[in-house]
Amino acid sequence: MKAYFGRRYRLSASHRLHSEALTAEENQAAYGKCNNPHGHGHNYVVEVLVGGDVDPETGMVVNLAVLDEVVDRRVMGRFDHMNLNLDPLFLNRVPTTENLCRTVFGLLKDGLPAGQLEQVRVEETENNFFEYFGERS
Amino acid sequence: MVFLTRRATFSASHYYWNEAWTAEENERVFGRCANRNGHGHNYTLEVTVAGEPDAVTGFVVDLKWLKEVMEREVLAAYDHRHLNLETPEFAEAIPTTENIAIAAWRRLEPAVTKAGGARLNRVRVYETPEIFAEYRGEA
Repeated sequence: MKAYFGRRYRLSASHRLHSEALTAEENQAAYGKCNNPHGHGHNYVVEVLVGGDVDPETGMVVNLAVLDEVVDRRVMGRFDHMNLNLDPLFLNRVPTTENLCRTVFGLLKDGLPAGQLEQVRVEETENNFFEYFGERS
Repeated sequence: MVFLTRRATFSASHYYWNEAWTAEENERVFGRCANRNGHGHNYTLEVTVAGEPDAVTGFVVDLKWLKEVMEREVLAAYDHRHLNLETPEFAEAIPTTENIAIAAWRRLEPAVTKAGGARLNRVRVYETPEIFAEYRGEA
């Protein structure tokens, strides 16, 4: 029987929205305050949703401790209290929360059993969030 | 199709234990949740129904009716109870958040279906603000 398990993690990081493909004026027009040269930060919430059969022995879709370990190792350890722009994954990609959401999805998909990751939601502030379900054919 | 969700809260105690395993195995897999004296949570039950708004009332379902169904079918059985010791569905099954979501679906689905109109779409149960499980009626 398929069920879903979700877990919310808190991640604090800084970023600057700036594209090398745009002029200084265009960057300013596109990103406004987010283009400030010294960057700024957020308390992000990363919500991870996994799906699968409920194990009849444990009553669980996934063991929370196992999920926490994968998220800590692959995402929190990498991004928490860091400058996202300096991460190699964002060298040529603007660390918008859209891109962060897709990046987190990719990192977790590779660390979890095949087919288990359903969705990643990243909340940048209380008023905006982004969701990625992977590419569906 | 419009999706309508109503929340309710309940407080209950539980523990995780598989009778087929040794004490060591239970403690290894379930950690602190295996404490046989139990522990508790403030749960949030989130019930989503899907349907077309009624041409006259504009309602998918009457929220007051849904509130009463949730109280009668789920909260009356779970609120301020020990799930392992006081609810028949957890006499054997372990009251994990996943299993609570499935059990709540089974309690709610007949009443929602019998009423006609909207269909039960999703049951989500938050064990803490950071941990939740959901069931969508899938096999």
